[in-house]
Amino acid sequence: MITLSHFIVLGAVLFCIAVAGLFINRKNVIVLLMAIELMLLAVNMNFVAFSRFLGDVGGQVFVFFILTVAAAESAIGLAILVLLFRNRSTVNVAEIDSMKG
Amino acid sequence: MIDTNLLQLICFYGFAAVTVAAALAVITVKNSVHAVLSLVLAFFSTACIWLLAEAEFLAIALIVVYVGAVMVLFLFVVMMLDIKMEQVREGFIRYLPVGIIVALVMLGEMLALIGVRAMHAHVLGADPAAAVGLSNTAWLGGALYTQYLLPFEIAAVILTVGVVVAVALTLRQRGDKRHESASEQVRVNPRDRIRVVKMAPSRPDEPTASQEPLQ
Repeated sequence: MITLSHFIVLGAVLFCIAVAGLFINRKNVIVLLMAIELMLLAVNMNFVAFSRFLGDVGGQVFVFFILTVAAAESAIGLAILVLLFRNRSTVNVAEIDSMKG
Repeated sequence: MIDTNLLQLICFYGFAAVTVAAALAVITVKNSVHAVLSLVLAFFSTACIWLLAEAEFLAIALIVVYVGAVMVLFLFVVMMLDIKMEQVREGFIRYLPVGIIVALVMLGEMLALIGVRAMHAHVLGADPAAAVGLSNTAWLGGALYTQYLLPFEIAAVILTVGVVVAVALTLRQRGDKRHESASEQVRVNPRDRIRVVKMAPSRPDEPTASQEPLQ
């Protein structure tokens, strides 16, 4: 029988993988964006599991809104990335430092 | 004959294993295109897990919206940008121990916090949508269009703003390109383009050299 903890643990594992991805991919902004998508997925997993467990529709509605905001976020993030690559010809986080004080 | 609960559990572990493996591949593979494709696999198997939790609408929405639109956008960008792999991989080994330690510590803390063993007793109950005699989509839609109508419309506005911003950011006016200005075309006046000249009619007095009769 699937229990609540199955979903919660899977969400936690996915979230930690995404955090590790943020640490080890310091040179590639695209992979950083993908790690953020993984984090959102892990959070959505928790929402779906609790919505099912508590019988509350609010959790699934919130997942819907998270999907919406995440789609807008990745569209704008990728637009900024394209602009950045056009101007600086790099996706290296360490080289993008023109706003350093 | 396999018990249904056992079958569900086997399916869950299978999809969960695929999801975790794909997520690990996303953050470790060299090629960014392969990373995007692994992320697609992770989303797909997550959608299967949501189907097991009987959240059918969200599972299909995840595939349609994420795999169909957002991941294709990622693929476009990754293939459009010319990224040099060897530079991207610099520092991977240096940050690897830090990343693994932070992730493991976080995972341990989370598991301790949520109390896995205590939660194991919480078996998922009957499908709440089926309890009120609706499908999952009807259940979700009923809440979305009544109780959450204003947030739903705000979400639509956010998406529109996102589209406008993405276009406005990447639109580029090149100096060497010829383009037409619609407002100037609409506002044009015939008097600016055509000059009507009034002149008196005149008759040629003499036949000129070219109009001499032949022979």
